[in-house]
Amino acid sequence: MKYYLYVFVIFCSSIIYAQDCNSILIGEIVDFHDNSTLSGATINITGKNRSTVSKENGKFTFKNLCDGVLELEISHPECTTKFVTVTINGDTFSEIRLEHHLEELSEVKVIGDVPKSTNSAQENILSVKDIERNSGNSLGDALKKIAGVSTLNTGGNIVKPVIQGLNGSRILILNNNVRMQDMEWGEEHAPNVDVNANQNISVIKGAVAIEYGGDAIGGVIVLEPLPVIRTDSLFGKTQLNLSSNGRGGNVTSSLTKSYKSGLYIKAQGSYKKLGDLEAPDYILSNTGINESGLSLNIGKRDFEQGWEGYYSYFNSEIGILRASHIGNVDDLINAINSDVPSIINDFTYDITQPNQEVTHHLGKLSYYRRFEGFGKWTTQYDFQQNRRLEYDIRVGDDADKASLDLKLTTHSVLTNIKFDAKEGFDLKVGALGRYQTNFANPDTGVRRLIPDYDKYDFGLFAIGSYELNTDWTLDAGARYDFSRIDSKKFYRTSRWEERGYDLDFADLIIEDLGTQLLVNPVFDYHNFSGTAGFHYEINDKDHLRFNYAYSQRAPNPSELFSDGLHHSAARIELGDLRIKSETSSKLSASLERNTNTWGYTLSPFLNSIKDFILVEPTGVEFTIRGAFPVWSYRQTDAILLGVDASLYNNWSSKIRTDHKFAWVRGTDTETDTPLINIPAANFTNSITYTNPKWNNFLVSLESQYVFEQTRFPDNIEVFSPEQQENVILDINTPPDAYHLLSLNTEASFTLKNKNDLTVGLSASNPLNTNYRDYLNRQRYFVDDMGRNISLRLIFNY
Amino acid sequence: MKRNKTLKTVLALSLMATVMTSCSSDDDTPEVVNEEEIITTMTITLTSADGTATLQSQDLDGDGPTAPVITADNLTANTTYTGSIELLNETETPAEDITEEVEEEADEHQFFFGLSGSLTDVTYTDTDEDGYPIGLEFELTTGDAGSGTITITLRHEPTKPNDGTLADAGGETDIAQTFSVTVE
Repeated sequence: MKYYLYVFVIFCSSIIYAQDCNSILIGEIVDFHDNSTLSGATINITGKNRSTVSKENGKFTFKNLCDGVLELEISHPECTTKFVTVTINGDTFSEIRLEHHLEELSEVKVIGDVPKSTNSAQENILSVKDIERNSGNSLGDALKKIAGVSTLNTGGNIVKPVIQGLNGSRILILNNNVRMQDMEWGEEHAPNVDVNANQNISVIKGAVAIEYGGDAIGGVIVLEPLPVIRTDSLFGKTQLNLSSNGRGGNVTSSLTKSYKSGLYIKAQGSYKKLGDLEAPDYILSNTGINESGLSLNIGKRDFEQGWEGYYSYFNSEIGILRASHIGNVDDLINAINSDVPSIINDFTYDITQPNQEVTHHLGKLSYYRRFEGFGKWTTQYDFQQNRRLEYDIRVGDDADKASLDLKLTTHSVLTNIKFDAKEGFDLKVGALGRYQTNFANPDTGVRRLIPDYDKYDFGLFAIGSYELNTDWTLDAGARYDFSRIDSKKFYRTSRWEERGYDLDFADLIIEDLGTQLLVNPVFDYHNFSGTAGFHYEINDKDHLRFNYAYSQRAPNPSELFSDGLHHSAARIELGDLRIKSETSSKLSASLERNTNTWGYTLSPFLNSIKDFILVEPTGVEFTIRGAFPVWSYRQTDAILLGVDASLYNNWSSKIRTDHKFAWVRGTDTETDTPLINIPAANFTNSITYTNPKWNNFLVSLESQYVFEQTRFPDNIEVFSPEQQENVILDINTPPDAYHLLSLNTEASFTLKNKNDLTVGLSASNPLNTNYRDYLNRQRYFVDDMGRNISLRLIFNY
Repeated sequence: MKRNKTLKTVLALSLMATVMTSCSSDDDTPEVVNEEEIITTMTITLTSADGTATLQSQDLDGDGPTAPVITADNLTANTTYTGSIELLNETETPAEDITEEVEEEADEHQFFFGLSGSLTDVTYTDTDEDGYPIGLEFELTTGDAGSGTITITLRHEPTKPNDGTLADAGGETDIAQTFSVTVE
C-alpha cells in the first residue's frame, strides 16, 4: 500500500571540519507527526551507489562524504520512494521527517514537488512559505510571486489576479474544488477568498484544466487545503501579522483533529483590520479594510471511499479611496492633472462611503468511491451565496443606503469517474449541472446596474493522459458547455433606442412603462473547448511541455447588461446584448531545467482570441449633473503574445539568487491598436542568504522593476463643460516605470517542539518610493502605497 | 455486473443534476426603480426693467444617453437682472417641484455661479436660516455687449459657510450646467 509522504529536511548542529571527503552524515528518520522513529527505510545516495538502512532508532550513517550537496533517495516499505537534498558541510546531522498523509492514498506529495493538475500546461505552485509571507495580503498579492501573474487593483485592498494579461471572468478560481461564483465580472470585485484558508495554491496558465471549466481563457487558480494526516492527532497553527502601513494586522489560526480511521475535522479562522493606508507623501483616506473568514472541514478518507463536508464564510468591508469619488468629467480632468488627491483626512480606522461590503458563503458535500479494477467515482454538491453591497456618497434620507445590492446564489452538482485501472493511462469523464440566480435589490432607489437573472449551465467533459513511455506523456481533453441566461431588465427607453435595440430586440419587450421598458432577454450559448499537449522528459533535469488549448467563454452579465452610472467609479458603463462568446486558441510551451545548483523555466505563449470582449473609455454623456465618461464593452479580435521566464542559481549552500521576467503584448488586430490594461513588462531579482545553523536564519533582498507600458489605446477627446471646449481626457496614458525594493528576514525558534516558532520581519517599499501602477484604477488620483514594515509570528503546535 | 451498477448510479446522478437545474424557474417580475429626487429641469428667470429672459436646461432621461436640452435667451448689456431658479422633476406627472425641497432644506444646499465674458457679477439675495447664501434668488449684472458663460452648480450638503468656491464648499453635485449667452 502506498502512503502519503511529506518530507521536511531540517539541518541541525553541525561542526565545520573543512576536510575534503571526510565528512560524516548522520541522519534520523522521524515521523513528523508523533516523533516516532522509522526503521527499515532504505537510504541511497543517488549517483554514488551507496546505500544503508535506518536502524531501530531511525538513525543511519554515511561516512567519507565530500562536502557539497547530495541527493538522498529514501524508500520505506509503506512509502513511495522519494528524493531529498542534503547539504554536507563537515560532519552533518540531518533529521528527515516523514509524514503519513492521507488525502488520496494512492498519491504521493512531497513539499516542493506537489503533483501538477496537468502534464503539458504552464503550471506554478506557491510554497507554504510564500503563503505565510503573504498572510496579511490578498490572494492576488500572494500570486504575484509567480512569473506571468500580475494584479488589477482598485487601491491596495481590492486586488484581482491577472494571468498572462487576462483577468476577471477569464480566470477561474477553484476553492476546495468549488468554482467560485463571486461576481468576478467587476473590475473592483476582488476574489472572495481568504488567502489563509488554503495552504496549497497553484496557478495553471491558460484553459488547460478543462475539468474545472472550459472558459478559463486566462487560467485557473487552484486553492486546496493541505492534506490531513491519517493518525490520531491534534495540531494547529497560528499566525499573527502586524503591519505599519494601515497600522493594523491580521491573525489566522487553524486546528486539525485527525483519527487513525481516516476521520478528520479542521477549523480555521482569520481576522484582519487595517486603517487608512499611506502613500509616501499623504494618507490614502478611506482605504481601510475589515475582513473575517472562517472555514470548517469534516470528512473521512479511506482507500475504498471517503466523504467531505466543507463550509466557508468570508466577509470583507473595504473602503474606497475618498478622493476617487468624483462628480463628473471635469472633476476627473482636474484629478488627472493634479499630483495630490483632492481629499486628505487624518488617519482613521473608520470606513465610510464610498465603500463595499461583501459576504460569501460556500458549502460543499462530496463523496468518492473506488471500484476495484475500474476506477474512482466522485460526486459533489456545492452551494454558494455572494452578497455585495456598494455604498456611495449619498445625501439626505439615502445617506446610509447602498447604491448597489446584489445577491448571487449558486447551486452546482458535479460528478466524474476516473478510470485509472490501466497503468500509464488515465481517463476521466464528468458532468456538471449548475443553477444560479441573481437578485438586484430595488430598495437601493438606484436603477440596477446588473439586472435580476437566472442562469443554467450544463457541462460534459472527458480528459485523459497517456504515458507513451518513460519520457513522453500525452494529455488531451474535450468539453462541451451549455449555458442559458434568462434575465429581466429595465431599460430606459432612450437607452434602448440609442443602442439600437428597438430594431434588433423589439420582441424582448414584455412591458412598456413609458420612460422605461421591461425586457426579458433569454440567451443560449453552446461552447466547446479542447486541449492537447505533451510533456517530454528530456532527461532527469530537463523537461519540455507543449500545449494547445481551444476555449470559448460566454459573456458575463456585466458584459451583456451593464447599463448606467456606476457611481463609485463616476463612469457610465454600457454592456451590449449583442455580445457573443469569445473564442481563444492558445499555444504555450515550457522548457524547464532543475538541478541542485541552478535551474530555469522559459514559457512563451501565443493567445489568439476571436471576438475578445473588452471595456474601454469611448466618450462622455451629458446629464444635468455634468458630463460623465462612458466605458463601453465591445468585441474585437485580439492577439496576446508573451513570455514568462524564471531562473535560480545556488551560488553556495547559503546564497541563492532568483530572477524572473514577464512580458506580454496585447493587440487589437481589427484596428491594429494596443489593447487596454495589459500589464507592463516586469523584471524581479532577488538574493537570499540562508544559514540553517543560525535558527534557519534567512535574509533576502528583492528588486522589482516595472517598465512603463508604452502600448496603450489612444486617449479620447471630450467636451469639458467647465472649459467650454474639447479637451483630451488623459485616461489611457500609463504612468512611468518604477523600481521597488523589498526586504525580508526570518528565523525559527524552539519553544516546545523543534522550530515551532517562526519570526519574520519584512519591509516593502522601504525607500518610500513614489510610484503609480498602470493596472491600479486609482492611479489617476493617488500614488501607490508607501513603506510598509511588517512583523509576523508563526506558531505551530 | 458491478461496473454496470456504477454506471447506472452515475447516469442517474447526472440526470438528477440536469433536472435540478432545469426545473427551477421563477417568473417573478422585478420591481421597477424610479429614481427619486431627480432634477430634470432647471429654469432661470432673469427679470429687468426691459423684460424677462430665460435660461433652461432640461434632461428628461436623467443619466440616460440623451443630453440636456439647453436654451438661453439673449441678455441686454450693462443691465442688472433679478434672477430666480426653479427646479422640476418632469419624469412625474404632474411635474414635481424640487425648488420647494431645496427651500425646505436650504441649510443643506447652495448654488454657485461661475461667470465669464460679458457676464460680470452675481450677488446672492437670499439666505438660509443661519444667514448663509442659498442662490435660489440672486442678482446678475451684465457688462458690455459680447458673449459670456454662466455655470450654475447646485451642491447638496456643502460646507457652510464657505469662501464661495466649489473646492471649499465640497458636498455632492446635484446640478452642473453651463449656459452660453449673447449679451447685446
